[in-house]
Amino acid sequence: MMARAVIRLLSRYAVPILFVVVCTAAITVADMNLSRISTDVLERFFRNLFLVLSLVIPIVAGLGLNFGIVLGAMAGQIGLMTVQNAKVPGLGGISVAVICSIPIAMLLGWLTGLLFNRTRGREMITGIILGFFANGIYQLLFLILAGPVIPYHAKDLLLPQGMGLRVTINLTSVERGLDDVMTIPLRTSAVVQEGTPGAKVQADGSYVKVTRWGEIPMLTLLVNVALCVLIWLLFRTKLGQDLRAVGQDPGVAEVAGIKVNRCRIIAIILSMVLAGIGQIIFLQNMTVMNTFQSHEQVGFYAIAALLVGGATVTRVTIWNAIFGTLLFHALFSIISVAAQNPKLLNSPQIGEYLREFFLYAIIGTTLAIHAWRSRSAARAS
Amino acid sequence: MPTSPVLELRKIEKAYFGTRVLKGVELSLHAGEIHALLGENGAGKSTLMNVLFGMPVIRETGGFSGEVLLEGKPVSIRSPKEAMKLGIGMVHQEFMLIPGFEVHENIKLNREPLLGLPVRRVLGRSLDLLDIARMRRESRESLARIKLEVSERALVADLPVGHMQFVEIAREVDKGDVRVLVFDEPTAVLTESEAETLLGVMRDLADRGIAILFITHRLDEVMSAADTVTILRDGELVSCSRKDETSIPEIAERMVGRDVSTEARTGAGHAPSADHEPILIVEDLRVEMPGEEVRGVDFTVEKGEILGIGGLAGQGKIGIANGIMGLAPATGRVAVAGEELRLNSPKDALGRGLAFVSEDRRGVGLLLDESVEMNIAIPAIEIHGRFLRAPFLGPFAPVDRGGVRRHAKEAIADLDIRTTGPTQVVRRLSGGNQQKVCLARALVLEPRLLLVSEPTRGIDVGAKELILDRLRKLNREHGLTILMTSSELGELRSLCHRVAIISEGRIAGILTPDDPDVQYGLLMSGGTL
Repeated sequence: MMARAVIRLLSRYAVPILFVVVCTAAITVADMNLSRISTDVLERFFRNLFLVLSLVIPIVAGLGLNFGIVLGAMAGQIGLMTVQNAKVPGLGGISVAVICSIPIAMLLGWLTGLLFNRTRGREMITGIILGFFANGIYQLLFLILAGPVIPYHAKDLLLPQGMGLRVTINLTSVERGLDDVMTIPLRTSAVVQEGTPGAKVQADGSYVKVTRWGEIPMLTLLVNVALCVLIWLLFRTKLGQDLRAVGQDPGVAEVAGIKVNRCRIIAIILSMVLAGIGQIIFLQNMTVMNTFQSHEQVGFYAIAALLVGGATVTRVTIWNAIFGTLLFHALFSIISVAAQNPKLLNSPQIGEYLREFFLYAIIGTTLAIHAWRSRSAARAS
Repeated sequence: MPTSPVLELRKIEKAYFGTRVLKGVELSLHAGEIHALLGENGAGKSTLMNVLFGMPVIRETGGFSGEVLLEGKPVSIRSPKEAMKLGIGMVHQEFMLIPGFEVHENIKLNREPLLGLPVRRVLGRSLDLLDIARMRRESRESLARIKLEVSERALVADLPVGHMQFVEIAREVDKGDVRVLVFDEPTAVLTESEAETLLGVMRDLADRGIAILFITHRLDEVMSAADTVTILRDGELVSCSRKDETSIPEIAERMVGRDVSTEARTGAGHAPSADHEPILIVEDLRVEMPGEEVRGVDFTVEKGEILGIGGLAGQGKIGIANGIMGLAPATGRVAVAGEELRLNSPKDALGRGLAFVSEDRRGVGLLLDESVEMNIAIPAIEIHGRFLRAPFLGPFAPVDRGGVRRHAKEAIADLDIRTTGPTQVVRRLSGGNQQKVCLARALVLEPRLLLVSEPTRGIDVGAKELILDRLRKLNREHGLTILMTSSELGELRSLCHRVAIISEGRIAGILTPDDPDVQYGLLMSGGTL
C-alpha cells in the first residue's frame, strides 16, 4: 500500500524529480560557484514567471498547453515598440506598453478562441501552426508597413531608409523599468580566517566574507504574487467554476447550461492578455528586443518550464508554474556553467545544444506520457 | 387518483422527415405516483421525452403538435433549461456528472449560490465568488433527503458506479421545486441491491408529492415499484392501466404484440435444411463494445439455417457479430466449421469464409468516395486475390478492370441497385441502395456464413423488402447460412428459423418464429419463461 503510493507519487512527479537529480549532480560534480548560479537563476525566474503563469487558465479550461501565447507575446512587443517610439520612460512606459498591448492581445485571443472552437481536441497543434502563421503577418507589418503606414518615426526603432524596424531594438526607455524600482539584495556574511580571498577586515580585527546570492526585484515579485492571487480568486468565482467544468467535461457542462464555447474563448483571451504582459516583463529585464525573434519560442520555453513543475496537459496548479520556472531555469543556468567547466564539457556550444535538447525532450516526453496515460485510462473505463 | 394531474401530454404527434414516430400519444402524471413508461426501442419513448424537455432536435425538425399541460395550464417548453425552471427534472441513463468535481460541485453545477460582492455592478455576475459553504450545506441536505451516505466533499470519480446515479438524483432533488422527475432506465447499471435502494428512493420521493415517470425495460421492477403502467408501441399509446389491473405476461404481450403476418413468414422453411451440422460454434463470447457489451454467450449456428439475434438496443446484440468478425475486442472461443477462429482478427474471419454486412454501413461497410464497382470488388481483391491480372506480382498485380465491371453489372442487376452505372460514387446512392452494395460486396466473397447486422435500418420500404427477399432466396436456393442481427422483431420472425433474444449481454432464450408474443416480450424485458 505504502510502496504503491510512493510509486504513484514518483511517476506523477517523474519530470521534476529527474530535474532535481540532474541539477544536483551537475553542481556537485563540477564544484560550481553557487552564488553565481543563484544570481542567474533568480534573474531568470523573475523574468519568466509571469509568462509561465499565463498558461494556467487554458489548461484548467481544457484547452491544453496554449502554444498560441506567441500571439500574446507579439501584442506585448507591439506595446513596447510603441513606448520606445514615444520615449515614455520607466514605470510609466511599462504601464503604457501594457495598456497598448491589452486590446491587441484581446483581439488576437478572441480570434484564436474562435479558431480553437472549430478545431476542438486539436488546440495544441493548431496553436503551434497559428504561431508560425501569425509570425508571417507580424513580419509583414513590421518589415514593410512600419514607417510608411504604422506611424513610427524614432530613429533607433526604424531602419535607416525609414521603412521597417531594426532587427534589434534597445529598449532604452523602459529597460529594467519594473525590476529596478526597488530591489533587495540577498547576502550572507560569514566570519572567515585571515587570507581567504574576498574577505574584509572588520573593526574588531576579524575577517568577514560577504557572499551575494542575487537580487529580488520587489515590484516584479509583487506583480507576480498579485497574479497568483488573482488566478486563485478567479477559480473561486462563478466564471472560474464554469471554466473548470468545461475543462473537465464539456458535454456535461453544456447540458448543465454552461456556454462552453464562450468559456473557452474567455480562457484564451485571458491567457493572451497575460502573455502580452509577461513578454513586456521579460523584455524590460532583457533590455534588448530581437524584433523578429523574441516572441518565436516564448511558447516552447514557458510550456517546458510549466511541465517541469509537474503540470500535465490537463492538470495544473500555480505551484507547478512556480516550481517549474525555478527548476527549468536552474537547469539552464547550470548547463551553461557546466558546459564551460573544463572538468565537464569544456565547450559553450555543447551547452547551447543541451539546452535545446532538454527543451524539446521535456515537451515531447510529457506529451507522450499524457497520451499513454489517457489511453490506459480509456482502456480501464 | 383523485387529484388532477400535474403533467399532461395530449395528442402528441411528431414526424421526422415524413416518418411519424408519435401518433397521438397521451400521458398524464399525478403527484405522488410512479408511472412506468414501457416500450420497445423505436416505440417513441425518447422522442416523447425530447418533446417534454424541449430538446432542440424537436424544433429543428419541425416541432410537434399536441399540448403539454402543467397543472392544467398549457405550457410551451423550448429548452431543457425551461423544463428545469418549470420543475421537470431528469435522471439520465448515462451519468451527467463531472468526475473531477466533488459531489457538492456536481449537485450545484451551474446553479452555484453566489456571494454578491459590491464589484458585481462593474464586473457582472460571472465574477461573483462562489458561496462554497452554502453549496456544501445544501448539498448535504439533498443527499440526506435521498438517504445517500456519502460525503459532499468526495470526488465523484472515486464513487462506486451505483452511487453516481444517486448523486444525479440528489442534484435533481436539490433543484428545489421539482414536481416531475423522469428516470431514464435508472437501474441499467446498478447491482440488484442498489436497484432496490433506488426503487425505495423513488417511492420516498413520490410520497413527498413528486410525480415520477419511470422508463425501464425490467418488468419485475415495474411490478414492484410502479402505480401506473403506460405502454407505447410504434409511436402509439397501446394501453394505460393501473398496476393491479395488469400482469407481466399482459404487459410483455402488449409491448411486442404486432401482427406478424403469415405471408412473409411462409417464405422461410421452418426446419433448418440439411443435416444439423454446426457451421459456427460460439462459446463464452465476451465482447467489449461500448454500449453493446456482450457478457458471455454460447450458441451454435447450423448449416443452412438463418439464426436471428434480437433484443433491445444496448443489450449487446450488435456486439456479437462485431466480436466474431474481429471488429470489437473479444474473448472466448469461436469455431467455424470445426476449426478455431482467431479472435480480433478480421482477416482471419474473412479468410475462413465469414462475410459481414455491418450495421454501420457508412463507417465500416463502404468506401464512400469510391465507385460502386470498386466497392463491390475490393474485399474479393484483398481477401481472395480475385479480379487480379498476373496475381504472382503480389501487391503490384494490376486489377482486372473488365472483370470488376462485369461482376458489378451482374450484382447491380441481381440486387436491383438503383445507380447511374458501376462507376457512380457510392456516397451519392440512397441508404437502401448503399445497403444493397454492402450486401453485394459481402456476397462476392462467396461466404460460408453471412453475418448481417441491421440490414434494414434507415432504408425505405421497397429496398427493405428486396433485401429481406434476397436473403431468403440466398438461404433457400443456395443453402447460405445467415446470422442476422436486427432490432425489428417482426423482421426476424419473418425470416429466421430460430431467434435468440439477447438481454443484458447474455442470451435470454432461443425461440422459434411461431412462439407467442408474450414469450418474446418476457425475454426482451429481462424475464425468463
